[in-house]
Amino acid sequence: MASETKRVKGDVLLEMKGIVIDGKSDDKWNPIIRGVDLTLKRGEVLGLIGESGAGKSTLGLAGMGFARPGCRITSGSIIFDGIDLIAASEEKRRGLWGSRIAYVAQSAAASFNPAHHIIDQTTETALGHGIMPRDKAEADARDLYRRLQLPNPDTIGLRFPHQVSGGQLQRAMTAMAMSCRPDLIIFDEPTTALDVTTQVEVLAAMRDIVEQFNTAAIYITHDLAVVAQMAHRIMVLRYGNLVEEAPTRTMLKQPTQAYTKSLWAVRSLAKKERSSDDIVLDVQNVSASYGNHIKVLDDVSVKIPRGRTVAVVGESGSGKSTLARAITGLLPPSTGKILFNGQALPGALKNRERDTLRRIQMIYQSADTALNPRQKVRDIIGRPLEFYLGLNGADRDRKVVELLESIELDESYIDRLPSEMSGGQKQRVSIARALAANPEVIICDEVTSALDQIVQEEILKLLMKLQADTNVTYLFITHDIATVRAIADEIVVMHKGKVVQQGLKSKVLNPPYPAYTELLLSSVPQMDPDWLTGLLKKRQSAQA
Amino acid sequence: MHPVLKTVLQRLGLGMITLFAVSIIIFSSLALLPGGYAQNILGQGATPELVKNFNHELGLDRPASVRYVEWITNAVQGDFGNSYSGTTGTIKRSVSAIIAPRLYNTFFLAATAAIVAVPLSLFLGIMAALYRNSWFDRIINSVTLTTIAMPEFFIAYILVYVLAVKLRWFYPNSTVSANTPFLEHLYRVALPALTMTLVIVAHMMRMTRAAIINLLAAPYIEMAQLKGISKSRVILRHALPNAWAPIATVIAFNLAYLVVGVVVVEVVYVYPGIGQMMVDAVSSRDMPVVQACALIFAATYILLNLLADIVSIITNPRLLHPK
Repeated sequence: MASETKRVKGDVLLEMKGIVIDGKSDDKWNPIIRGVDLTLKRGEVLGLIGESGAGKSTLGLAGMGFARPGCRITSGSIIFDGIDLIAASEEKRRGLWGSRIAYVAQSAAASFNPAHHIIDQTTETALGHGIMPRDKAEADARDLYRRLQLPNPDTIGLRFPHQVSGGQLQRAMTAMAMSCRPDLIIFDEPTTALDVTTQVEVLAAMRDIVEQFNTAAIYITHDLAVVAQMAHRIMVLRYGNLVEEAPTRTMLKQPTQAYTKSLWAVRSLAKKERSSDDIVLDVQNVSASYGNHIKVLDDVSVKIPRGRTVAVVGESGSGKSTLARAITGLLPPSTGKILFNGQALPGALKNRERDTLRRIQMIYQSADTALNPRQKVRDIIGRPLEFYLGLNGADRDRKVVELLESIELDESYIDRLPSEMSGGQKQRVSIARALAANPEVIICDEVTSALDQIVQEEILKLLMKLQADTNVTYLFITHDIATVRAIADEIVVMHKGKVVQQGLKSKVLNPPYPAYTELLLSSVPQMDPDWLTGLLKKRQSAQA
Repeated sequence: MHPVLKTVLQRLGLGMITLFAVSIIIFSSLALLPGGYAQNILGQGATPELVKNFNHELGLDRPASVRYVEWITNAVQGDFGNSYSGTTGTIKRSVSAIIAPRLYNTFFLAATAAIVAVPLSLFLGIMAALYRNSWFDRIINSVTLTTIAMPEFFIAYILVYVLAVKLRWFYPNSTVSANTPFLEHLYRVALPALTMTLVIVAHMMRMTRAAIINLLAAPYIEMAQLKGISKSRVILRHALPNAWAPIATVIAFNLAYLVVGVVVVEVVYVYPGIGQMMVDAVSSRDMPVVQACALIFAATYILLNLLADIVSIITNPRLLHPK
């Protein structure tokens, strides 16, 4: 048991050598991890970074001796505190899981069982392994909730997962992982699904508790600035290979590999702002709600200049996507009006002329759900050409190829299905579908959020190029400040259904800030490893 | 009011409306049947004059809409009218009195079969999910598929041949009367209940298995595994509580079948249930009896589906405990 183990900081806790892991796709086994070594000392936090598909989760889980269904560890050795995890029986591994090696998953909302109270799930590990009796485990859970600064730590456990916020749930999951005081915790993108302001608290809580109990951790993320706050050492993975490994500060200052440098470079993309007085879309005092509940949009006024990019920023629940739904007519406003080229738009979609519909198009966050998986690119892009412009047959195909060229895909893509393209290519097709209607305004709803950084940069560059060519207007909804810096002319800051601030990029991103803008901007993680510590200190002294 | 209670009352109200609509369909479709009670009973001697008198006596010469309104008004007060077949002169046999003992027998058989079949299929379904793709899983799947694939009368005759004729453990027929003692009744329905169980287990068991396996890819199941919990606990505590909704729907469907789909089994075992009676009533054009039976069948379906809805609501904490 964990408490009996003699803990000496600096001892090797986990040693993985020559790990090769295969994944099954289309009935063939392909390598996901191609021979990686990993050593972790007691009390050390190792950052594992890379883009999606780099194999970081797979490698992290292998540290528990676990392979997801459809994966298998084909060679290498995994020694955890003297125990060979590959040779060990399943029974033996299960004895270690939860008690000595714990896992914190990406989405707490999905990883908590919706059917049970939070505290029962927190104590389940300790009870299941027979480490402590129920009353003691529950008292300990409440203590952990308190240490993780959850509100109402004595009663929050009695709630169901859907009754608390995502940030609270993520901390509750950390408490769950901590319940048996494991020697090692695998954090698998634990803050990726959270808003930046929530992320700060969760990061601080996780870092503190890991330090308090001298727990070793593998921290998996694609966000460099986050890993810089958490890890002592960083490993960069790509295509299942180790690219580079160094202590955090060294890695940030002097990355040696070209790939690592390119990851660092993405955040430097920035566009010069241009102002304009030609307003294409004028949202005036719009309020809207779902059902008869609270106003999701509360007296929102936004002016969108033609041929420019207006970024709408805010956290989840701020109403930024609802604003898009109101403009497109999917959710008719309850009060207020929307002027389009000076003319009032009918509130509901079904009352709008087809040509008005054509002029306002949308691109969605997830191309996977926005594209019909059974349609080929020809039909996906061809449909708006047919519907809005009446093009058919060869004319239509010619135009599709033209559009493919404009999104920098060659004409061979015309017969592909969405499943035969990468995430970035699918998002390009979504862009082409919006462009096909020859619109004046395109609403981009978190279009780069699901993409890797390098792909993000390509998509942003493409959007800017298309704007230069066609003078299309973008309403760009995002929660990512780096994206805003890269693409916006103007910025609208939203919070709880209200507009906090609207103005040119240079104005909004520079002081003086309204209180909420300040909170939002200061919560964006920086590459400086002392950023989180400094921020917490500053906030504490401001409160005192 | 708690939102769940509100939903249940809403569904109940909708159920009533459905039942009302069904009553119209039943009445009008029966009115479209060729022939009538008079022609049927008089046979060769059905002169137009006699038929007219007969129909006048039964009130059948009035317009259908009038008869429907009369029927439904009485029915909601619990009076399903009098059977034609018993009506001679002043002696009248009320439909309720004819149906009641038959209905009791049908529910008795259905309940017996359900008490065996439902727990059995849940157990087999959970075991099959736990040991999925094992030999146990395959055998249980093919055996239950075989029993569902065979016509029920065939299963019934095999059971009679083996268990009653050869082994003499049971009676080959299930004749009971109002005076049959409870245990004797139970013993007599053993074979028909077993037949029905074999027919419905496959469906429920496969849905239980599928509903559980469907959830095994959920992140919270992976999380439970990585907490070092035993396999059976992962299934029972983490998958099953979230799988009730589809399972309940299929159980409700099969329970309804136990009530309304039993006529073949009743005939084979000569069991005096409601299915047998309805068939007789249809062939003799005894409309009040047919209408009452059809209405009871419809109500059974609606109520059982309502129960399934309620189960899916109360097993979903998002609905039971709103934010």
